[in-house]
Amino acid sequence: MEETGGITSASLSRERFFAGMPEPHLAALAATADSVQVPAGHRFFTEGGPARRFWLLRSGTVTLDLQVPGRGAVVVESLPPSSVLGWSWLFPPHRWRFGAVAPERVTAFRFDGAAVRELCAADSRLGRDLALRFAQVMLDRLEATRVRMLDLYAHPGEPR
Amino acid sequence: MTSAATPMAPVPYRVTGRRDETTDTVTLTLEPVERPIPTPLPGQFTMMYAFGVGEVPISVSRIGPHPRDGSTPGPVLEQTVRAVGAVTGAICGTRPGQVVGLRGPFGVGWEVDAARGRDLVLAAGGIGLAPLRPVLLRALSEPDAFGRVALLIGARTPADLLFTSELDEWRARGAQIEVTVDRPSPGWDGRVGLITALVPVADVDPGRAVAFLCGPEVMMRVTAEALTGRGIRDADVRLSLERNMRCGLGWCGHCQLGPLLVCRDGPVVPYTRAAPLMTVREL
Ligand SMILES: Cc1cc2nc3c(=O)[nH]c(=O)nc-3n(C[C@H](O)[C@H](O)[C@H](O)COP(=O)(O)OP(=O)(O)OC[C@H]3O[C@@H](n4cnc5c(N)ncnc54)[C@H](O)[C@@H]3O)c2cc1C
Repeated sequence: MEETGGITSASLSRERFFAGMPEPHLAALAATADSVQVPAGHRFFTEGGPARRFWLLRSGTVTLDLQVPGRGAVVVESLPPSSVLGWSWLFPPHRWRFGAVAPERVTAFRFDGAAVRELCAADSRLGRDLALRFAQVMLDRLEATRVRMLDLYAHPGEPR
Repeated sequence: MTSAATPMAPVPYRVTGRRDETTDTVTLTLEPVERPIPTPLPGQFTMMYAFGVGEVPISVSRIGPHPRDGSTPGPVLEQTVRAVGAVTGAICGTRPGQVVGLRGPFGVGWEVDAARGRDLVLAAGGIGLAPLRPVLLRALSEPDAFGRVALLIGARTPADLLFTSELDEWRARGAQIEVTVDRPSPGWDGRVGLITALVPVADVDPGRAVAFLCGPEVMMRVTAEALTGRGIRDADVRLSLERNMRCGLGWCGHCQLGPLLVCRDGPVVPYTRAAPLMTVREL
């Protein structure tokens, strides 16, 4: 992994995830973050490992996987650019529930989870704003997962 | 005598080619035996008749070419059929040399000419790629007439992808092709997830893009929401509805969806018209 430097509130404000967030909050979050670039094949984290960070993907896709006995690491979802990667840093016991790999070169903003939790504890408005943004991400992924559960492309004769 | 003069009489077409797309889906090449049906527009469908078995609506997945040497009396057509029941099973079982019947073409197509000068987003779920293929082929054959073209494909598994032998050629000719599957198989290194996750990566200008969607209705609904969420106007989203149909002519009422007769007023309809109907129970 290559660290490509610190980031500013202006660079965060251009990201859809942070759209409309007040400048002081962006500045506080930017101070906990840096910019990284990883090569294809890089593993961001492994299921069960300590969840200390989250990432905002700027280019490249990341796949989430789960170890399934007999099948190896099964990919459950791919996250496109502009996605948030990782929310286990927000909830005890702060351990990853899935693994995450970059199948291609990825650039991202990387945030320090403990520092962001401290910011949220110190400033409840920032905490509420960020929690709602994460809730929206979770809602979108939950809805997408529910639609995939419908198995819409299945053969009509197949039991579902 | 044209098929318009005898709209219920099938016109014989000979199967001259057959390509297995997946384990249950076949693309047939069809040439008129004597006279052709009027040339279909992208998005239109025919009522396809397996003699002695029955007739079903099937979209046209390629229109033309019409050989200049006069070796066929009309344009060659391709239709891509998934075997889900008696009639589609019989059609998928036809071999080169056999004859099927076609009536039509029917319905309102994509109205590709109205999209000239615009970027195109084509979102296809499963067999829904078949009716979008003529739009893509038209846009690739007239690169100066359209802006950027993004084809977003969702499929159940990698083995269910259609037209895989053509995807690289489409890319080489300038289309952005993005694929996602619900369930990966070992060795799949492409994307996994719902087709909506492809919407942010479509390299188009939402302000000048037109989107055409075809697939299961729920897939179209969530994709239309994602596209309009990205800034494509509701009025610039069109989708192709599927309802069981019989006559293809708006006579029998089998395909009624609220105020629409899908065979006559569709299958392609503006999202603004379809959206209120798509969430109503038992329409
Ligand atoms: C405008 C239009 C265009 C179409 N284009 C194509 C195409 O290009 N290629 C293609 O393979 N199919 C297409 N279809 C769907 C095709 O017409 C049906 O699959 C066919 O009518 C099924 O007939 P069958 O006798 O084989 O099966 P049936 O015995 O009638 O049905 C078998 C099973 O399939 C289900 N089924 C039937 N029709 C549909 C449908 N429309 N959607 C989902 N499930 C269905 C039934 O509920 C049943 O469970 C299109 C339909 C419409 C309305």
